Amino acid sequence: MHSSVGQVVIFALPAVVVAAFAILAIRDRRRAGPAAGPGFVATNGWPVAIFLIVAVGLWTVFMIVLPMLSMIDLSFRPRLPPPQWGSARDIYTLENYRYFLFGSTTSTASWNTTHLKAFGLTIWVSILITILDFVVCYPIAFYMAQVARPARLRLFMLMLIAPYWVNEILRAFAFRLLFASQGVINRALMGAGITDQPIDFIAADVALYSGLAYAYLLMMMFALYNAIETLDRNQIEAARDLGAPWWHIHLFIVLPHAKPGIASGATLVFMLTAGALAAPLVLGGPRTLWFTPIVYDRFYQAFNWQQGAAYALILLVACVVFVLLVLKIFKLRLGEIAK
Amino acid sequence: MTAAVQLDRVTVRFGDFTAVDGAKLDIAPGEFFSFLGPSGCGKTTLLRTISGFIEPSAGRVLIDGRDMRGIGPNVRPTALIFQNLALFPNMSVADNIAYGMRVRGVPRRKRAETVERLLDLIALPGQARKRIDELSGGQKQRVAIARALAVEPQVLLLDEPLSALDLKLRQHMRNELRAIQRRVGITFVYITHDQGEALAMSDRIAVMNRGVIEQVSDGRTLYNSPETAFVASFVGESNILAGKVASVDGAVASVDTPIGPLRGRNVRGLRPGSQALLFLRPELLVPSADGIAARVTDAAFEGTGTLLTLAAADGRPLTVLVSGAAARDIPPKGAEIRLAYKAEEALVLPPDAAGDA
Repeated sequence: MHSSVGQVVIFALPAVVVAAFAILAIRDRRRAGPAAGPGFVATNGWPVAIFLIVAVGLWTVFMIVLPMLSMIDLSFRPRLPPPQWGSARDIYTLENYRYFLFGSTTSTASWNTTHLKAFGLTIWVSILITILDFVVCYPIAFYMAQVARPARLRLFMLMLIAPYWVNEILRAFAFRLLFASQGVINRALMGAGITDQPIDFIAADVALYSGLAYAYLLMMMFALYNAIETLDRNQIEAARDLGAPWWHIHLFIVLPHAKPGIASGATLVFMLTAGALAAPLVLGGPRTLWFTPIVYDRFYQAFNWQQGAAYALILLVACVVFVLLVLKIFKLRLGEIAK
Repeated sequence: MTAAVQLDRVTVRFGDFTAVDGAKLDIAPGEFFSFLGPSGCGKTTLLRTISGFIEPSAGRVLIDGRDMRGIGPNVRPTALIFQNLALFPNMSVADNIAYGMRVRGVPRRKRAETVERLLDLIALPGQARKRIDELSGGQKQRVAIARALAVEPQVLLLDEPLSALDLKLRQHMRNELRAIQRRVGITFVYITHDQGEALAMSDRIAVMNRGVIEQVSDGRTLYNSPETAFVASFVGESNILAGKVASVDGAVASVDTPIGPLRGRNVRGLRPGSQALLFLRPELLVPSADGIAARVTDAAFEGTGTLLTLAAADGRPLTVLVSGAAARDIPPKGAEIRLAYKAEEALVLPPDAAGDA
């Protein structure tokens, strides 16, 4: 990209964004009519309004829209040394996506099994971890939302949140220490005489899966808690009064009510787990190839940004498809899980 | 005959607080029984104790002669209608009504038949497929009743289910509830703070105050012959005058009140010299040639009668309900009039121990 083009983008885009938002505001005003009461500008003044429009607009465009667009663009370009980017040889191609499926043109294998397997494993394990997180969180969230008294609730919240004050990478290392061959768990097992030699939790991926499940547990926890908390306790009591056993109440009263929360929790946990980098790098066994480290390697080891962009996009699309699938299964609309 | 519900000195404590203190009464099968009292008097606690959500700290709850200790709400032969109804919003009307039968394993066909029958009973035929949020307040009310009746309870417990409705609908639902109760013939235990509701629907009423049942009787007796100062002041309106009993003459006592000696029925047999409250219903007082002197300060026409507000000799307000023939001749504002009443219709009661009323 030429520097002049960059300058145009930097100085012209804010103006375009402001104009676009202003037009939207005017259209909205016209549609809602004057009965909508004093507008945002009337109550807060133009300086505040312009600041907000520029700030939100720039944030959206520069932090979200432009990087995404450039990544999509990059993913369809061939691998070239940076001086040749934008030159005549920089044409659109499906090479990066072909590589993901079939691997190097010089390789004899018909499929790119390493990457495809890593991709499949990532998606499959992320689904399992999402389910695991739901199973772990549901009883705790139900207890916190419907049973616990305020004092107990505060204690629970603190106990849940406090470990997350520690950095994600440090937490991953803590899990590594916990599951190491001379770690607490192995020493406890051997001390108790259950095993006579350390179990290799790291190679068995126990450490990785525990670490991943723990990493985004709170996302599921608070999504569920918020959903269950809004359930009128009288409904639980009404079901009980009508003779329902406890499992029936959970299955047919609590879960249907918590559906949007379950869906949003599952979406968050799945997306974050599939995109997790720290835990797989620190806790991944020698034989496990998670997909995100491969993407990372495309960028920083192979210096193949084009391919990295393609891989990242593949993961993103897979995640979006999963979310839409979950919504379909739960018969929910996108707006409902954002509540 | 075994009582449908028998409370045997039921006491419920929450920590140091006694919500229900030694409640003891029998509710007959097929009776429409109400617990009436202000909020916080323990009536909801008592209802939850009968339904099984609360275990009594002392005493026993017997339903149809069976001690209910240790029997959870899901197996008791009671069904509770919650104040906010607690219908299941994610289910249709039919699924709501059928819920209790579903968890009891009633076959699908039988469930459908019962739902049909109950929808007819609550006058909502053909609404089975509707969603709960498509119903009006009164319709939700009826669905809640049908859902409770579907499990064929021996006792239906109702926790102020009409309080969310507007006045017109509330009055309509009173009649509806009474009619449904007559049709199904089971025992209804109704909780309310609205004396009008209790008086209009109930066979008998228990008036509760601070966890204690003050009086159990039919509405007419409750209104005309209250046994305690609390019941007299809570049920219906009264002019209340405090004083000391001056003399007792048979069933009638004379009380020295700030506006002079007044006579009333000595219900509890107070002796001369004891503290007493004299209760005068507004409709008992009639303008006459002599009696209590008072000045008219306000007159409010209320359709069936006119409510006069007067100032007595010491300035205290008195209310008088003038209706019937007398209503044609309302004294003007500022007029000095005298009020008479029949001594045996006024009540002389000892003040509450707690000092209220």
